[in-house]
Amino acid sequence: MSLMNLTATGLGEKIKDKEISVQEAVQAALGAIEAKEAELNSFVTVDGDNALKRAEEVQELINGGKLKSPLAGVPVAIKDNICTKGLRTTCSSKILGSYIPGYTAEAVLNLEKAGAVVIGKTNMDEFAMGSTTETSYFGATKNPWDTNHVPGGSSGGSCAAVAAEECFYALGSDTGGSIRQPCSFCGVTGIKPTYGTVSRYGLIAYGSSLDQIGPVAKDVTDCAAILETISSYDNKDSTSIKRRDYNFTSALVDDVKGMKIGIPSDYFGAGLDSEVKEAVLNAAKVLEEKGAEIEEFNLSLVDYAIPAYYIIACAEASSNLARFDGVKYGYRTDSYNGLHNMYKKTRSEGFGAEVKRRIMLGSFVLSSGYYDAYYIKALKTKALIKQAFDKAFSKYDVILGPAAPSTAPELGQSLSDPLKMYLGDIYTISANLAGLPGITLPCGLSSRKLPIGLQLLGNCFEEKNIIRAAYAFEQTREYVHSPLA
Amino acid sequence: MKQYETVIGLEVHVELATKTKIFCSCPTEFGGAPNSHTCPVCTGMPGSLPVLNKKVVEYAVAVGLATNCHITRNCKFDRKNYFYPDNPQNYQISQLYYPICRDGGIGISTEDGGTKTIRIHEIHMEEDAGKLVHDEWGENSLIDFNRSGVPLIEIVSEPDMRSADEVIAYLDKLRLIIQYLGASDCKLQEGSMRADVNLSVREAGTEEFGTRTEMKNLNSFKAITRAVEAERERQIDIIESGGKVVQETRRWDDNKEYSYAMRSKEDAQDYRYFPEPDLAPVVISDEWLAKIKAAQPEFRDEKLKRYKEEYKIPEYDAQIITEDKHLADIFEETTAICNNPKKVSNWLMVETMRLMKESGIEPGGLKFSPENLAKLIDLAETRKINSQTAKEVFEKVFYDNIDPVKYVKENGLETVSDNGALRETIKKVIEANPQPVEDYHNGKKKALGFLTGQIMKEMKGKADPAMANEILKELL
Repeated sequence: MSLMNLTATGLGEKIKDKEISVQEAVQAALGAIEAKEAELNSFVTVDGDNALKRAEEVQELINGGKLKSPLAGVPVAIKDNICTKGLRTTCSSKILGSYIPGYTAEAVLNLEKAGAVVIGKTNMDEFAMGSTTETSYFGATKNPWDTNHVPGGSSGGSCAAVAAEECFYALGSDTGGSIRQPCSFCGVTGIKPTYGTVSRYGLIAYGSSLDQIGPVAKDVTDCAAILETISSYDNKDSTSIKRRDYNFTSALVDDVKGMKIGIPSDYFGAGLDSEVKEAVLNAAKVLEEKGAEIEEFNLSLVDYAIPAYYIIACAEASSNLARFDGVKYGYRTDSYNGLHNMYKKTRSEGFGAEVKRRIMLGSFVLSSGYYDAYYIKALKTKALIKQAFDKAFSKYDVILGPAAPSTAPELGQSLSDPLKMYLGDIYTISANLAGLPGITLPCGLSSRKLPIGLQLLGNCFEEKNIIRAAYAFEQTREYVHSPLA
Repeated sequence: MKQYETVIGLEVHVELATKTKIFCSCPTEFGGAPNSHTCPVCTGMPGSLPVLNKKVVEYAVAVGLATNCHITRNCKFDRKNYFYPDNPQNYQISQLYYPICRDGGIGISTEDGGTKTIRIHEIHMEEDAGKLVHDEWGENSLIDFNRSGVPLIEIVSEPDMRSADEVIAYLDKLRLIIQYLGASDCKLQEGSMRADVNLSVREAGTEEFGTRTEMKNLNSFKAITRAVEAERERQIDIIESGGKVVQETRRWDDNKEYSYAMRSKEDAQDYRYFPEPDLAPVVISDEWLAKIKAAQPEFRDEKLKRYKEEYKIPEYDAQIITEDKHLADIFEETTAICNNPKKVSNWLMVETMRLMKESGIEPGGLKFSPENLAKLIDLAETRKINSQTAKEVFEKVFYDNIDPVKYVKENGLETVSDNGALRETIKKVIEANPQPVEDYHNGKKKALGFLTGQIMKEMKGKADPAMANEILKELL
């Protein structure tokens, strides 16, 4: 067994026991990256020298008994839309191709306080807009299970890096499924926390009212430990929520007796791949056998989630991305004639097609005369979806379903038909609209040896329910390493 | 020729006097090297987020209460989207759908001696933009973000004003209210108060509004008056010659006394307003509102009334002293010490005003303490110094806030009340000036003035002129 096969908390344990040094762990990760990047392209920037320097400092702190976190000394990769002081942060876009932040995001600061070592920044769909990590200016990331397939997106780089064992865990961000869907495609585990749990300060915004940072790792135990570390009330983020309980690892209990799990029948209709359906329903059966009470129900409004999501996310994005204008930082066109021409050329050259599409869509739905018909209606739909979930959670502790309608598509298949790509987000989007926590973990492999993901949704602030259910399910199967691991 | 009525509504921006900016903790202090008062938030760095400064809410509510507005207890911020380099995020955080104050109004005095209410449509909170500096030596423009994020309130009136005088009266009333609250210094020249004038004309007696224009760049009350007159004339000329007024934004050039079109309604931008997702709604609780209400000061109108009743000073004096809160504070504090309101008022109205004019110091910049002014008044009233000396000592008080009692003693400026010494000096002066003495006896009253002057000179100004005069007449 290689060092890189370890889980994050498994490695943390060995570092604590002085079986492995922090430097060894960082060197192993850098070695794995070096060996696999040509094939995978899961990193935009690797920060080897600084990681090794930092490893020394962290080792000293550990030796001095100053770091007790289960993640102390464990190398981590950060999605490239999360600011890291002094380390290039691009959002996988040409327009931020050379941007070096002057400050570090709160979530990363929390990790660093716990002794994490940042080894690099992972690839993503440009500005987190996409479901395949193909819209990156720095080229597509490949799926470690089959490099002809996409890793999913937008946190495809983070999920591929964890699945290929280039790092022990990663941070991703989830606006409409950007952690849960690529976790499903890459056979790893990830959590999208309740909105407001992890500070967004330093997360380069896509859809501000939907964005959350969350963990990507090999198992539920890691995810709970990472979430516990990155969560905090942050007075720099006005949408941050002071929670009573951040002790997510206390939910790592192999017991679902009496837990009420609802299966929305509207998540299992047309459009769902039969192998995915079988694997997910089988997972439900496993939980039932462990004592959970399983019941089918009708969630309703599922068809309205996608249009509502794309209106709200694109509207916010059209405004959030206005600051990338060539004036203050980032890319500026080489030659221009006056201010407006500079804006136009910089943004035309600096943004990719999908980003432009969403900026135009968002600008349109906010235009005078369309605001009520689109934006206001989408907000009302969002409120109704939240109500539907409130109703469901009055009966169930957990909602169980697939994370995506299929396994990872082949490279190049999705971008030609964006509408079809948008429809692929159907099972993940509602959690963002309603602010709910969700977890995705592997529950099987397809006949083509591609991972299938199980998604569990919980009520707001009830991460512990989904962590407990996921942990109990996870105990029934072995972790399957990807062929590139 | 037809008679026309001018219809005017104002949009007034006021920079609030908070110590820190509206959405970050950078100082609002004016000056400082370019971009020295900035952080990731007020320069629009990727990933930064706004956090609302509660003091801004308190000032806005206080102004709203003082202008009889309804306070929106659950108000929200919205984004106003437009591209301009002084606007680092390319959107301004403002309020469109749920502004903090609504439906208020204030009374102004009209030319005919009556009063009139100017209704206030709304007051909303927003952030200021940075400042573009055009590089004189190169082709570039530079941006200073020190002002970016300085809090503003925008006070939008209904179209209730009918003349430049009413506009000035309304603005002056607003200025006084806001200055009394300490919410802003409201200086048009320095831009801490900015007024955009929306003006249209209509035939007298008709109800329907004409097409309006919006006038910007008005930096003084005089400029506003001139711009209102000029715009009224311009619109009437267009209508009289059969044309139509175009709805547009115009820029006033006060040197040329002329305005030119900046942009027409057709070019008007679609700001694509939508609720700011990075900020939670602002909930103003009963307790918070009560606290703000309790902290409201006595405003000008109440003070004016009280000064006349309690201090019995003339209307004119009370008007001038309450014109500025700093002055009113000095008046009240000094009076509390020396208990002589009329004398305090006189010193403020005459000598203080004269020196302020001479030095260009504004009421807010006055340095002297009420204690020292009270001491000076006491010295003068008890005739320990004569009036000329008092004026000279006051100059010292005015500029350096010296203790007048100590100063008079140290410099030996007390009036010589020793009758004997004064008598001796007068005798000497009479002996030394036989010609004027003779002139006096020949009925030339002017000579007395000359002799008094000589006495004062001999006494180095320390004599009590009334006493000197008395003794002189006696000895002559």
